[in-house]
Amino acid sequence: MIWNNWSDFWAMGGYGVYVWGSFGVSAALICIEMVWVRQARNKALSQVAQELAAAQTQGKDWQG
Amino acid sequence: MMQKLFHYASPQNFYPLAGKLWPVFAVLATGLTVWGLWLGMFVAPTDFQQGEGYRIIFVHVPASWMSMVIYLAMAFWALLGLTFNTRLSGMMGRALAPTGAICAFLSLWTGALWGKPMWGAWWVWDARLTSELILFFLYLGYIALTSAIDDPRRADKAGGILALVGALNVPVIYFSVKWWNTLHQGASVSLTKGSSMAQIMLEAMLIMGLAFWMYAIAMALYRVRSIILVRERHAQWVADLPEVKAKAMEMKS
Repeated sequence: MIWNNWSDFWAMGGYGVYVWGSFGVSAALICIEMVWVRQARNKALSQVAQELAAAQTQGKDWQG
Repeated sequence: MMQKLFHYASPQNFYPLAGKLWPVFAVLATGLTVWGLWLGMFVAPTDFQQGEGYRIIFVHVPASWMSMVIYLAMAFWALLGLTFNTRLSGMMGRALAPTGAICAFLSLWTGALWGKPMWGAWWVWDARLTSELILFFLYLGYIALTSAIDDPRRADKAGGILALVGALNVPVIYFSVKWWNTLHQGASVSLTKGSSMAQIMLEAMLIMGLAFWMYAIAMALYRVRSIILVRERHAQWVADLPEVKAKAMEMKS
């Protein structure tokens, strides 16, 4: 551990804005991407399930 | 071995494999990130030239490396797809592109935040920076091109050609600091000369690089499963998937 206290850590020797601006945006984009792929999976599952349901009812109509 | 490879080249077999593998890579990425950040932010000493500002390296270099590696991976899949006409290749290319675009953006963003205090400029039209910007645009172009063409096989082909041609830019980025007189510094780590960094800084950087690598694999595997689902939606095996059945039940109620 090289820091004396937390405020030194956050100040980053005067480079705080640049260092935390880099790490902050990186962390934010990674979080956004993770939410985004989950949504894409949900969307994909819904689309498949919907088309499947439509095909089934269509099949029944045709039989009836 | 070859037989096994061909077995998993079919989307039907790759889907469950990717499902089993992505959590492994996600766990590895998390563990390596914690370790790498600990070393980089709490253990590695202050740099004698750049003070604490150099710590941007622990995200800048991994993001830049992965922006190139992911593009090369896309070119690899494109080559496979264009020569063997395998369906999975195009899907892998599309699964990789968004993560690659994010890495290229982060490389530029963190580079700007590093350039400002050290060079006095957010941006310069230097060979390294410009070629990385082109890489970012290549990713956006690939995503736009593949999503603009409705027929997936044709979209894969067009995207594949762009991925292959664009891959020529990757060695240009990598060697730009050697070929041209750039403001961007030369490689801190080189295969021929070893490293010019302190051991602990180098270790932290390599661990973060590995963490980004594992993250990119986890994301691509997760994303490709959604792509497979949509593309193969008319196949019986998709209809038989428990998660598809569960979704259908959920939608009925």
